[in-house]
Amino acid sequence: MNDLPPATEASRGDPRRDPRAPRVYGVTASFQRAPEVYQAAERIRDLGWTRWDVHTPFPIHGLDAAMGLPRSSIPRLTLLGGVTGFIFGCLLTWYTNSYDYPLIVGGKPFWSVIYPFPVLYECTILFAAFGTFFGQFITNRLPHHHHPLFELPQFARVTDDTFMVVLEATDPRFRSPEEARDLLASLGGKDISLVRD
Amino acid sequence: MASHSELSGNPPEALGRVRPAELARPELVLNKRPFHWVTDKVCSIVEEPTPTWWKVLFVAALLIASFTGVGLLYLVSTGTGVWGLRSPAGWGWAIVNFVFWVGIGHAGTLISAILCLLRQKWRTSINRAAEAMTIFAVCCAGIFPLFHVGRVWFAWWLFPIPNQNAIWPQFRSPLEWDVFAVSTYFTVSALFWYMGMIPDLATIRDRAQTLWRKAVYGFLAMGWRGGNRQWSNFEMAYLLLAGLSTPLVLSVHTIVSFDFAVSIVPGWHTTIFPPYFVAGAIFSGFAMVLTLMLPLRAIYRLHDVITQYHIDNMTKIILATGTMVGYAYATEFFIAAYSGNPYEKFAFINRAFGQYAWAYWIMVTCNVISPQLFWFKAVRENHALVWIICLFVNVGMWFERFVITVTSLANDYLPSSWGYYSPTIVDIFTFFGTFGFFSVLFLLFVRFLPLLPMAEIKMVTPQADPHAH
Repeated sequence: MNDLPPATEASRGDPRRDPRAPRVYGVTASFQRAPEVYQAAERIRDLGWTRWDVHTPFPIHGLDAAMGLPRSSIPRLTLLGGVTGFIFGCLLTWYTNSYDYPLIVGGKPFWSVIYPFPVLYECTILFAAFGTFFGQFITNRLPHHHHPLFELPQFARVTDDTFMVVLEATDPRFRSPEEARDLLASLGGKDISLVRD
Repeated sequence: MASHSELSGNPPEALGRVRPAELARPELVLNKRPFHWVTDKVCSIVEEPTPTWWKVLFVAALLIASFTGVGLLYLVSTGTGVWGLRSPAGWGWAIVNFVFWVGIGHAGTLISAILCLLRQKWRTSINRAAEAMTIFAVCCAGIFPLFHVGRVWFAWWLFPIPNQNAIWPQFRSPLEWDVFAVSTYFTVSALFWYMGMIPDLATIRDRAQTLWRKAVYGFLAMGWRGGNRQWSNFEMAYLLLAGLSTPLVLSVHTIVSFDFAVSIVPGWHTTIFPPYFVAGAIFSGFAMVLTLMLPLRAIYRLHDVITQYHIDNMTKIILATGTMVGYAYATEFFIAAYSGNPYEKFAFINRAFGQYAWAYWIMVTCNVISPQLFWFKAVRENHALVWIICLFVNVGMWFERFVITVTSLANDYLPSSWGYYSPTIVDIFTFFGTFGFFSVLFLLFVRFLPLLPMAEIKMVTPQADPHAH
């Protein structure tokens, strides 16, 4: 860990110290094997950390529970989209074929839920898919092209074959970079680095 | 009743000591390849200098695609009459080609969505290419109804957009349902495809050496960081999109079949059409997936990720759906005979023995007989033969749509209005060109986007298991 600043000079990124000094974003450690990072995540979760993450090249099965993450809120957005789509379809077919320009076809009712059902069905799916797709971008706060982690050279390996634990400086348990370094080292992390904001 | 132990004389505790045999699951990535190998393998396709075969094929595909361009230009400047459409056959190759291409697309969604819900892990290495195939096939399909409307500059009247006539689309028409079904299908497939690609685009971004590469792939990757907090949402969204695509894909070909089934033409007005069309779509789609993937597997040496097990599974699905399609042909005949409706009976006898009998028997040979060869392991392991059978299936499924569309229209109720439909050279060139159009899109995909989903393949390797020792 050669990148750490002397003592706790910028430990909590206090802007009063020197407004031009880069703030600390967090401390990272790399892991090479999935079981190692999984066990490390369980330990960090049990220590009560809340602002931290495990960066992986692929979703590791069970890591959500090992990190203590809550269930994703995307299903709510999907439901919202689906309900919106169904109502939109109903209003569209009712307004166009029954209200604005009533069409008589085969002496059938101007509007019912039956005849335009394929349209309502497709609108429901379309809007639910929009809710899900954009929900993923909203919940993950994407696009996000500038991020302190991208400055770290070894972060490029995270999308290839390396696992990386990041402890963020904004976590209440983050007292100093040295302490975070020691914790990550005790969990078996290699290549420990300080990331500045 | 006597217990098992009394009958056999064995002490029951022996059962407690017996462990069920552990059956080894087939490996999805052979030769114990590490994560980095997967990354290198897939990224090198995008990163290597453009291969000569790619350039040759791309130019050839562009030339073939120009046939569609010229055909459509001629059609728009002259009229739909150049397509060989005349009474009584107002629907000809255009509708046949539309249903053919939409059907091709269905295997992509089946692999990406239904097999995902069924937790079929083998889907991972083929799903990206199959989804791309779906989107490009729907692009090709869309051309035909779009230009079939005649005055294509009014095609936007299909959508509920206020126009100068103050008339809205008529939502009782299956053709209008089709507009919604196909456009929703295209949109959702494209969103699903793109979202699934984001982590892999991030991998290419992180390996990029040149500035423009970093910029383009970086933009497309949306700043993906692969944090588990992101993966958690991503996985949920992926599962939900799979859940939404499943009823969607079933509804699309159902609604396409409604174009026929809701009419009163003999041979079209049948309730078997929706399931029969969906089975046929999956059948033809898988054949197209194999037609595309077998050459790519050989060119890029993807044998460790697209294994014999994958090919076995796909050929077995072709066998199963092909048998379903054959069963549906038989059921149609039975129902026609059982209906007591002379027009319905005639429609089917006419299909098999009438003026289009040649097309009917090509269809039966290709769709019902040729996939039965997949019962044999030796056939499934002979990839050249698999590829040829898949071509037969593609041909057979095109003829199925031709038989359905044309035989019923050419010989319906009144013999005085019967006719014989045949395509013109413009029909043939326009359809031929769509294969070029499809190939252009697919070649661009192979060259510039991650052909295989790297993250998903890494996920199914043994070393991805966090409880492995």
